[in-house]
Amino acid sequence: MQRMVIQRIIIGIITLWVVSVLVFVGTSVLPGDVAQIVMGQSATPETLAAYRAENGLDQPLYMQYATWLGGMFTGDLGISKAGGATISSLIGGRFGNTMFLAGVVAIISVPLSIILGLLAAMYPATWIDRVLTFGTLSLISVPDFFIATFMVLIFAVNLGWLPAIAHISPEDTMWQTIRASAMPLITLIIVVSAQMIRMTRAGILNVMNSPYIEMSILKGVRRNRIIVRHAFLNAIGPIVNVVALNLAYLVSGVVIVETIFAYPGLAKLMIDGVQTRDLPLVQACAMIFCGTYVILIILSDVAAILSNPRLRNPK
Amino acid sequence: MTDKTANTEDMSVYDELPDAPPKKKIKLTWVGKLGVSVVLFWVLMVFIGPYIAPFHEADIIAYDSFMPVWSETEGEGFHVLGTDYIERDILSRVLWGARTTIGISFLATMFAYLVGVTLGIGAAVAGGWVDMIFSRVNDAILSLPSIMLGLLIVVALGTSIPILILTASVIYAASVYRIARALGQDIMVMDFVEAARVRGEGMWYIITREVLPNAIMPLATDFGLRLVFVVLFISSLSFLGLGIQPPMADWGSMVRQNLDGLGYGSYAAVWPALAIASFTIAINLIVDDVSASEGGTLARKMIS
Repeated sequence: MQRMVIQRIIIGIITLWVVSVLVFVGTSVLPGDVAQIVMGQSATPETLAAYRAENGLDQPLYMQYATWLGGMFTGDLGISKAGGATISSLIGGRFGNTMFLAGVVAIISVPLSIILGLLAAMYPATWIDRVLTFGTLSLISVPDFFIATFMVLIFAVNLGWLPAIAHISPEDTMWQTIRASAMPLITLIIVVSAQMIRMTRAGILNVMNSPYIEMSILKGVRRNRIIVRHAFLNAIGPIVNVVALNLAYLVSGVVIVETIFAYPGLAKLMIDGVQTRDLPLVQACAMIFCGTYVILIILSDVAAILSNPRLRNPK
Repeated sequence: MTDKTANTEDMSVYDELPDAPPKKKIKLTWVGKLGVSVVLFWVLMVFIGPYIAPFHEADIIAYDSFMPVWSETEGEGFHVLGTDYIERDILSRVLWGARTTIGISFLATMFAYLVGVTLGIGAAVAGGWVDMIFSRVNDAILSLPSIMLGLLIVVALGTSIPILILTASVIYAASVYRIARALGQDIMVMDFVEAARVRGEGMWYIITREVLPNAIMPLATDFGLRLVFVVLFISSLSFLGLGIQPPMADWGSMVRQNLDGLGYGSYAAVWPALAIASFTIAINLIVDDVSASEGGTLARKMIS
């Protein structure tokens, strides 16, 4: 078992390394000379050379990569092309905001979806199940910004309860912060929960098909007891897997939601960076997002291995 | 006896053989039929949308932005769904947008399938180190959130329609590869493939005559799901302003551009959003229905 977990973690580290190469090379093969783009057409050959030397652009690509990767580990992420601030200072505050968003979403949506998923599985083919299945299917097939648009329409325009733009500053009181970030939170909770409810329901129904459930039905155990004592406990493994996977999906949801509500988080920073083609900034943000994603996927794999005796002791 | 009757007799003989292929009949419930008709409607619009639209997608015709539903510009005509933020007709733009959004997504999905199925089945049949290398590279691509990959490619190569199609097809070829390879591996261990090998059939024959026909149904179902993902991916990029560029109409960017109108009581952003939702939900309904009639095992495979 330990061997399998360690193996999985090593594969994860290798993936992270491949990801860093992809991010670096992918953004470094820009057509055109970076120094020329930054300094403009009027730059003399001397200033261009000086810029290259200063930013290490005169070195071969693998040396640049080594410097960049080293900087990643020591927290020296370079300097933003727009404005000239250090990237770590730009990311610092934003990172906290995004973590707040993701954290609150996780705390609310995980128990909510497990309960609803369980409900749907306990009463299959009843109206609860039908409403949940059709509702979640519709929700996962529409884009995140569709849900966000309707949130704005209902809560900001028609009811006027919540602001459509999430202004957040450190001086805000707790209540103001919650009110300002309510819309991004609700949108993300809906997006993530829909997927999680479906997977929880499928996981439990899958367990319900196994022989030991049939056995307990035959020996006369009550239905609710079967689900809670036999099915749910055996479905915990797949469900933990689902939870980790969906927290990883949060990464892409955050990009859209932060943009639509102008929420001052990491993803908004990255999109702004993409629009101004601020490479070092985009690279740093991409590494943070992809790193989080890969780590969550590894966690979900490890959870699956730990919770399933058959995976724990492979033949 | 004419050739024709001889043929039909031959067929019935095969039907009675114990190992005759099961007759595939897809029965759709009314939900599935609803899905099919919505999808057919949009496919029709891809072809005729620009011709039946009252105005051109880039025409600035009205005197006012964010005009309400069913309003009139004198001398020009009615705006059935109102006008957008720079005085263009929404209905026309939604109809033109069908071609852009669905057309580009369909092309990207086709490319993804071409590459993914070829490499996936290839890897399953070849096995060994070819399989090893392809699968590792594939894992690396799959281990990134698709929207992040999209953003990285866009920042590196800029935005244009060919690059958009290329980006989406590379990203989704990875997931197609995984499914095609898994299907291929399942089929390769079947007895009839063994029999074909023993008969001395070549690789090409085995792939085209034994493996592909047996993988076609699951792949077709997956194609629908994949198309939904690509539509969502491309609209999301467009929504972020990094996909299809103005003045071309496309549903994702239309939502983004008209979002501010919601504050003035205009529904301009809602129509393109509804267009995307109706298309993607309809496809999902069909896929759900088809998988249900296949015993639901497919649906379970798709979830994991």
